[in-house]
Amino acid sequence: MRTIRNIIALAIALVLALSLVVTASADVVYRTLDEIKASGTINIGVFSDKNPFGYVDENGEYQGYDVYFARRIGEDLGVTVNYVSTEAANRVEYLETGKVDIVLANFTVTPERAEKVDFALPYMNVALGVVSPDSRVIKDLSELTADDQVIVISGTTAEDYLIKNNPEILLQKYDTYANAKNALENGNAAAWANDNTEVIAFALQNEGYTVGIPSLGSQDTIAPAVSKGNESLLNWINDEIRALAGENFFHKDYEETLVDTYGLDYEDSLVLEGGGLAE
Amino acid sequence: MPDLGLEVLWRGKNFVRLLGGLWVALRISLIAAGISVVAGILLGIAASRKRSVSSVILRIWLGIIHIMPQMVLLFLMYFGTTRAFGWNLSGETAAIIVFSLWGAAEMGDLVRGAVSSIPVIQRESAEALGLKPFQVYRWIILPQAVRRLLPLSINLITRMIKTTSLVTLIGVVEILKVAQQIIEANRKASPNAAFGVFLTIFVMYYLACRPLSLAAKKLEKHWR
Repeated sequence: MRTIRNIIALAIALVLALSLVVTASADVVYRTLDEIKASGTINIGVFSDKNPFGYVDENGEYQGYDVYFARRIGEDLGVTVNYVSTEAANRVEYLETGKVDIVLANFTVTPERAEKVDFALPYMNVALGVVSPDSRVIKDLSELTADDQVIVISGTTAEDYLIKNNPEILLQKYDTYANAKNALENGNAAAWANDNTEVIAFALQNEGYTVGIPSLGSQDTIAPAVSKGNESLLNWINDEIRALAGENFFHKDYEETLVDTYGLDYEDSLVLEGGGLAE
Repeated sequence: MPDLGLEVLWRGKNFVRLLGGLWVALRISLIAAGISVVAGILLGIAASRKRSVSSVILRIWLGIIHIMPQMVLLFLMYFGTTRAFGWNLSGETAAIIVFSLWGAAEMGDLVRGAVSSIPVIQRESAEALGLKPFQVYRWIILPQAVRRLLPLSINLITRMIKTTSLVTLIGVVEILKVAQQIIEANRKASPNAAFGVFLTIFVMYYLACRPLSLAAKKLEKHWR
């Protein structure tokens, strides 16, 4: 009797959940450019705890590379910006339900995401990078011998990439950033492969390490995203990004927000101006 | 003394922001707890009659709430209702609704258990004395049930306060999120800030939950 009741309860729960997903209304969820202008406020989803891309300073103000751009969008649209604190896991959901107008949260463009949201022109490059000790800087993966191991963090793009493209390389896998860092510092492996922003920041903060390969594999980009089909807003953002290239806006943004973390050496490889078309 | 990075608390408005975050967490959980207690008592009394429709409803409701992690419920209430019905609930409203649904179901079950644990003879004696059903509950059953309920419901409410840390997933910035924001913003200047900040919110959570359990203890003593 009890099991039957449990099964019924489970079924009802599933039906409820399914009905919510299936009946996704065909109504337009997003606000057009004119509606945003008329309302006087734009909702922009940003990270609130990912320094230096989107974070909140000690006065409770949003700051960072993404926020710098968000602020400019607000100024040029002539509306106030309402920052919404998003997490990596709910960025797509926020756009699909129109609860924010734009997501500017270090959002890497991928084909899977592009099916659900519309990406505007990119404003930053990301790729993989490899850092190694100064005593033996690895400048190319071919320099690795059969005895050398490379540190990766499980579940990252770096791990996927190396397994797929360089299966001959021995990997040392760690679950956390801290463990991977310790392993490299203890000399357990020849090099560490991770997102290039991470390894660049590591090499800057720790003496004796150099990023021998600053960009490995396919270049990914970071771009603003809007709800699927929100043409008017998407076009406005694209025009804005093209226009901002004239004043080297994202270089200025980098120098204001990212230079402390990544240094000036990587400015040109990380920053994308005018969606990359102008360069 | 080891460096706990406590100085970040005094930078700018950080401490006030933490308190603000605590207030958000308490506001959500206490409003929901109030709703849960009232709804739970009504629901529990209704469900304490065996084989009644209301006991089946409570069971199904409890089943749903138990199967679904609170995080899923929050997502359904916040994003799901927008997709399905076009409602635009604020994060906080959605959180209060979910916490009330959860609290009322659990509270209802607690009340049902407490009420059914009162020996049948009590009710029968009261009825024999000519008390009406409402009077039986008001004067005989509930005063006894409430004493059994008190520790359990305080436990439920403190659990609610702690579970508010999930609401950051629907965009509500509460104490734990503020803590993460402060730690991240000072990652380079004070790398040890995590210790100090988490220690501080530990004390804040404690100070927020402590009066509840103290009051409960006092009441229990008072009734003994």
